[in-house]
Amino acid sequence: MKTDRILMAHGSGGLMSQQLIDGVFKKAWDNPYLSAMLDGALLDLPPGRVAMTTDSFVITPLFFPGGNIGKLSVCGTVNDLVACGAKPLFLSTAMIIEEGLYLSDLRKIVDSMARTAREAGICLVTGDTKVVERGSADGLFINTTGIGVIPSGIDFRPSRIEDGDAVLVTGPVGDHGLAVLAQREGLRFATPALSDCAPLGVIGRVLEKYGADVRCMRDPTRGGLATVLNELAQQSGHGILVEESKIPVSPVVQGACDMLGLDPLYMANEGKMVVITDPRRAAEIIRDLRQLPEANGAAIIGEVRREPAQMVLLQTELGAQRILAMLEGEHLPRIC
Amino acid sequence: MCLGVPGKITQIADNYVATVDVNGNQMDISIRLTPEVQLGEYVLVHAGFAMEIIDAAIAAETISYMEEMGWYDR
Amino acid sequence: MTDEQVYLQKLLTEIKGETSQCALMEVCGTHTMAIARSGVRELVPPQLKLLSGPGCPVCVTAQGDIDAVVEMVKNPALTLLTFGDMMRVPGTNSSLQEERSRGADIRVVYSPLDALAAAGQMPDRQVVFLGIGFETTAPTVGATIQQAKEMGLANFSVLSLHKVVPPALEVIFGDPDIQMDGLICPGHVVAVTGIEPYRQLAEKAHKPMVVTGFETRDILEGIVMLLRQLRRDRAQVEIQYRRVVRPEGNKVAQQTLQDVFETDDCRWRGLGLIPQSGLKIRPKYKDYDARIRFEVPVIEDVPIKGCACGEVLRGLITPRECALFGKGCTPLQPIGPCMVSQEGACAAYYRYTPKKGRL
Repeated sequence: MKTDRILMAHGSGGLMSQQLIDGVFKKAWDNPYLSAMLDGALLDLPPGRVAMTTDSFVITPLFFPGGNIGKLSVCGTVNDLVACGAKPLFLSTAMIIEEGLYLSDLRKIVDSMARTAREAGICLVTGDTKVVERGSADGLFINTTGIGVIPSGIDFRPSRIEDGDAVLVTGPVGDHGLAVLAQREGLRFATPALSDCAPLGVIGRVLEKYGADVRCMRDPTRGGLATVLNELAQQSGHGILVEESKIPVSPVVQGACDMLGLDPLYMANEGKMVVITDPRRAAEIIRDLRQLPEANGAAIIGEVRREPAQMVLLQTELGAQRILAMLEGEHLPRIC
Repeated sequence: MCLGVPGKITQIADNYVATVDVNGNQMDISIRLTPEVQLGEYVLVHAGFAMEIIDAAIAAETISYMEEMGWYDR
Repeated sequence: MTDEQVYLQKLLTEIKGETSQCALMEVCGTHTMAIARSGVRELVPPQLKLLSGPGCPVCVTAQGDIDAVVEMVKNPALTLLTFGDMMRVPGTNSSLQEERSRGADIRVVYSPLDALAAAGQMPDRQVVFLGIGFETTAPTVGATIQQAKEMGLANFSVLSLHKVVPPALEVIFGDPDIQMDGLICPGHVVAVTGIEPYRQLAEKAHKPMVVTGFETRDILEGIVMLLRQLRRDRAQVEIQYRRVVRPEGNKVAQQTLQDVFETDDCRWRGLGLIPQSGLKIRPKYKDYDARIRFEVPVIEDVPIKGCACGEVLRGLITPRECALFGKGCTPLQPIGPCMVSQEGACAAYYRYTPKKGRL
């Protein structure tokens, strides 16, 4: 049956499911694991501690400037593995497809996942698809689960964070959140901002030689930089002090946030890392990071303090310190 | 109740619709409340409307008028 | 240090030199936010109090008005469009956010013009825009109503909860319990109205007023200008925010307000009924008045036990002096609007002031 859209029959396990898998997924993701056609993937892992992470992606719209849900689903999981200190190796994916999604859109998304996986050096080894009735999924939901192995000498944990450690961010914040929002806002508002969605395995590789001097990494996705800093403060038991003037934000993002009543520090990022390091190595680490296109805007933004414990303070341009709170509830635009 | 941001008028269509640019971001706004605005001028944008035309000369002052008045030594 | 930073430090130095007891009040939610975000409250001497008054239009919306909107959105044929600020404000039993989770069609917009566009796109739904705000926002809503009439839109109306600032200031000045020596005037409100209403207030109350902008530098300059007037026992209206505010204001915006709205008695949370302080849509635009179209009732306020928003709004107590602050009333679980609105004094304090900071 020729069709340009996903039908319920594509999920029933029969001939059409087979056609979908062959025609869309296998075509894009061909590799020995998948062509073995087993119910699962049999993996040989190099020695070392294994890291595993999972994430589901429900973003709307499916396509946004700088990426799509597919690229995002690979980057998100890759980056969580990188944040664990692991080299990303294998990825699984489960897709829940809404009846009515255009096949051409699904193809673009799946191809994008393949491209991104290749770029990230990660292999898509097993997957699953289901189809649900129209109205039950915003076009497409994707789950990805990733496995990686942690090189020896690397141990990223908030409990390793020490008083006086340097707080780094690998580039300007807010771009992904803005790019996606603008797509939703529609015609009245146009921004040149692109999602910063990117796989960050290269950052992991660059930092490997610093071993224990890197304490911890986190990617500031939903809730933005402010939320991740708060998580690190809470989990490490320490306080964090950042300087407002040192946090990189592009003029485009700042201008858009001013217009829409939003705060870039709470906007999502999909191609950035917060890195906590030994203060004596911070300058060197920044120099190394800035060699990478993914991190050429890297900056030291603050430091870890013993007090006030578990809180994040922001030093303003006046030199006063105020709280940088966690995002509570929705990030609603402020007009009034 | 006053969130307003300065933007540059880059296009004026008819029926009071104009395009304003804030650091590269573009938004269609209404100039119904500032009908006399010219292309290239800066306006204060609030809730989708241009509210005021910003006096470019005053805005460009890097020293405030207090310093001009000699109230501070430089 | 950059030139700008040097200048800011000079302003701060003059402010820190202020030795007398002095209370300056701002009456603009955006000023509340800007002051909290800049951290200036931490740096001024303890004898200089920066108070937050009834300047957050969300905070001063009467609880009964919220309840009336909550009732209105239960109408299945109605789509409500509102600024984001209003979504979480608690009424007696519910909020817009809760009603939305129960299936009401409520959407956040950035501009009243978005509501107009929505009405055009959904001709079989009744589209209502929730009009909140003072004289900065009211003209935008007025202009939208004018446009709706020109377009002959049949399914668009506005529920006006708009208010004007000067009558509330008269109440503040007239209250013997409120200690306030000078006023930081809302820059964008005065950009619309011009300084005349404030000149009269300054004379009557014999208090200095400075129309101030919203950058850190603007706020510091505004405070310095007020302190200098106080030292010289002056009671004038000065404009710090000269790049945007002209003494005569925006005549077109004023005319729009005059054309579409008339003043009416209005309940303010915390201040009670203030005569001629609300904006009601004039009869000539009655087809666009949601209050008439949907027969929106007047619902009495039910006081919330322990909630001291009223005193906070009048500057009688600081947020930290409210017994519920941080205990039972937090931004995530707010009891009163001062904590809900991102520009409420309590929310600003809670979010931005380190616990060890002064009251």
